[in-house]
Amino acid sequence: MVPQTELSAPGSATVATTVTPRQSAVRRVFRSEHTLFLLFVLPNLVLFSIFTYWPLIYNVYLSLSTWNFLTPDKPFVGLDNFRFLFSSAEFWGVMRSTAIYTVGAVGGSVLLGLSAALLLNQKLRFRTGVRAMIFAPTLLSGVAISIVWFYIFDPRVGLFREMLSWIGVASPPWLGDPDWAMVSVIIVYVWKNLGFAAVIYLAGLQGIPKDLYEAAKVDGANAIQRFRDVTWPQLGSIHFFVMVTSILGTLQSFDIIRTLTGGGPVDATTNLIYYTYEQSFINSNAGRGAASAMILFAVMLVVTIVQYRISERRTHYA
Amino acid sequence: MPRPTSLRGLRRLAGDHVDRSRQLGVVAPAPVPGSRSLDALERPNRGLMTRIPFGKIVGYILMTLLAAVMAIPLYWMLSGAFKEYAEIRAIPPVWVPDAWRNAFSPDALGFGNFVEAWNAAPFGRFYLNTLIITAAGTAGELFNACLTAYAFAFLRFPKKDLIFVLLLVALMIPGEVTTLPNYIFIGSTIREISSSLLGFEITGINTYWGIFLPAVSTAYGTFLLRQAFLSLPREVLEAARLEGASHIRLLWDMVIPMSKPILITYGLISAVAHWNAYLWPLVVTRTIEMRPLTVGISYLFDTEGNTNYGVVMAATCFVVLPLILVYIWAQRFIIDGIAAGATKG
Repeated sequence: MVPQTELSAPGSATVATTVTPRQSAVRRVFRSEHTLFLLFVLPNLVLFSIFTYWPLIYNVYLSLSTWNFLTPDKPFVGLDNFRFLFSSAEFWGVMRSTAIYTVGAVGGSVLLGLSAALLLNQKLRFRTGVRAMIFAPTLLSGVAISIVWFYIFDPRVGLFREMLSWIGVASPPWLGDPDWAMVSVIIVYVWKNLGFAAVIYLAGLQGIPKDLYEAAKVDGANAIQRFRDVTWPQLGSIHFFVMVTSILGTLQSFDIIRTLTGGGPVDATTNLIYYTYEQSFINSNAGRGAASAMILFAVMLVVTIVQYRISERRTHYA
Repeated sequence: MPRPTSLRGLRRLAGDHVDRSRQLGVVAPAPVPGSRSLDALERPNRGLMTRIPFGKIVGYILMTLLAAVMAIPLYWMLSGAFKEYAEIRAIPPVWVPDAWRNAFSPDALGFGNFVEAWNAAPFGRFYLNTLIITAAGTAGELFNACLTAYAFAFLRFPKKDLIFVLLLVALMIPGEVTTLPNYIFIGSTIREISSSLLGFEITGINTYWGIFLPAVSTAYGTFLLRQAFLSLPREVLEAARLEGASHIRLLWDMVIPMSKPILITYGLISAVAHWNAYLWPLVVTRTIEMRPLTVGISYLFDTEGNTNYGVVMAATCFVVLPLILVYIWAQRFIIDGIAAGATKG
């Protein structure tokens, strides 16, 4: 996996001529590549051990116990937390919301991102500027963006109310209604993230060899056929990358939900990450929070493994 | 330690390489063949619409539409920040705030909402907190990424591949999943350990290090930089080694200067992430003086809520505008870096 690229070290023996033997021994240990490797890698790995590997293991333990952050001990309860979650209608509602949110947000960003990329792949002026513009929201704080959209959605004085009134439509309640609230958070996610998909797709489109299009033209393929037979399949691995990154991004989407809806109304927009937060830090139920986090981790792991498997197969046949 | 006499010459050689390769467009961050930048596309491109006579017009209309959809919410934020309370309540809504119409009259300052927002919460303190967290987090990530990437790219170690797998595993564990155990660790575990070992209590709750330390280790940065380091010209590095340059000197004097573009890209991406971080700072801060901007405005929004949008939009500008300014200055670095990271796969 790691290419053998180590730089050959010059004979360190020549160094020893001017120093005493003891110093040279110390120096040799210190200068030896193995020691240096450890020194270089250790800060990163130690921090990972403390704040990533160990917490994951500890989270497994927490998910098998019950704790309210106050009692001195954390009684072991086996799989009770998982049993509770899987038998509660509330949790299945959360899973359902997570699925709808993920499908809507990923579908929206991928479709609109690809459309935007196809548009910006044309020889049009100002397209570099437009590309920069659609990418900008990706970098902005989800909390700040959500606050701005809250104002836009406001059914009394918001921008959407005004725009809908131009075509004679009354404003829906947006964040006040369970179904519209889901539509709202998906709109905000897509608006914020389509630029990311567009930039990746654009890079992919520019990597497609031009002669493929010329060959297709010679064969008499029209624009739609060229898109179907050349562009779409040539974007293979890019589709995949955009999909997986978007799915993982949506599953981790916390700031938009927390700011816009707080998971409501009546839990309609509570996704798995928000539910985990709610159980852990609002209901102070560490066991259920940890169990919910384990389920979130399992879902993300499956997505990652599927990605790894498929991309590996691709490179094998490529 | 023998100082290599001709290192300066070698460095010049390395610098030469960087300059020349930049002209050729070889250096990171965008080593995708045939897709150097959008300019590369000025060559005839048989896309969807080029041949249709009115295709161009349709293209421009769609592009304007796209730009409008992306820009209007940001305009709504900025104009909202200048609207007075009556203008916020107005139906139909006001598109151009009075403060802008009267921008040239001496008594209309129009920054009232900004002043009010600044006084409604300690935004000076929020800025300081965010700056400290962003600076420390970014510096830490760059430090870790450079050292680890160099070690994996150039140093020998038995079973190096196994340690590499450890990093891959870290990449698959998102911070959201470990928020609760980290909170318990930083809050109570560290207190217990320190009081039994040191005799006094340490806690990371409501401290700067508690906010940034869990986020300074990086697997993504390590992969990104290792890839960049491996694409550096080997002859130059080997020559420096033969001259007797130590690895630390090699990293500091040659590898880092030669990888500047990718380091800037990664530094910016990392800084943006630390600036916008929300869930962890929300959980780990206790008092208003320790909150970063993101947590600060979310509490301001919770209290001011949907009544006084002018003030809330002004507060939102405090968070968003610095990033927009940085982005205008550095958008090329960020976009090319992200596109390269994806297409190289």
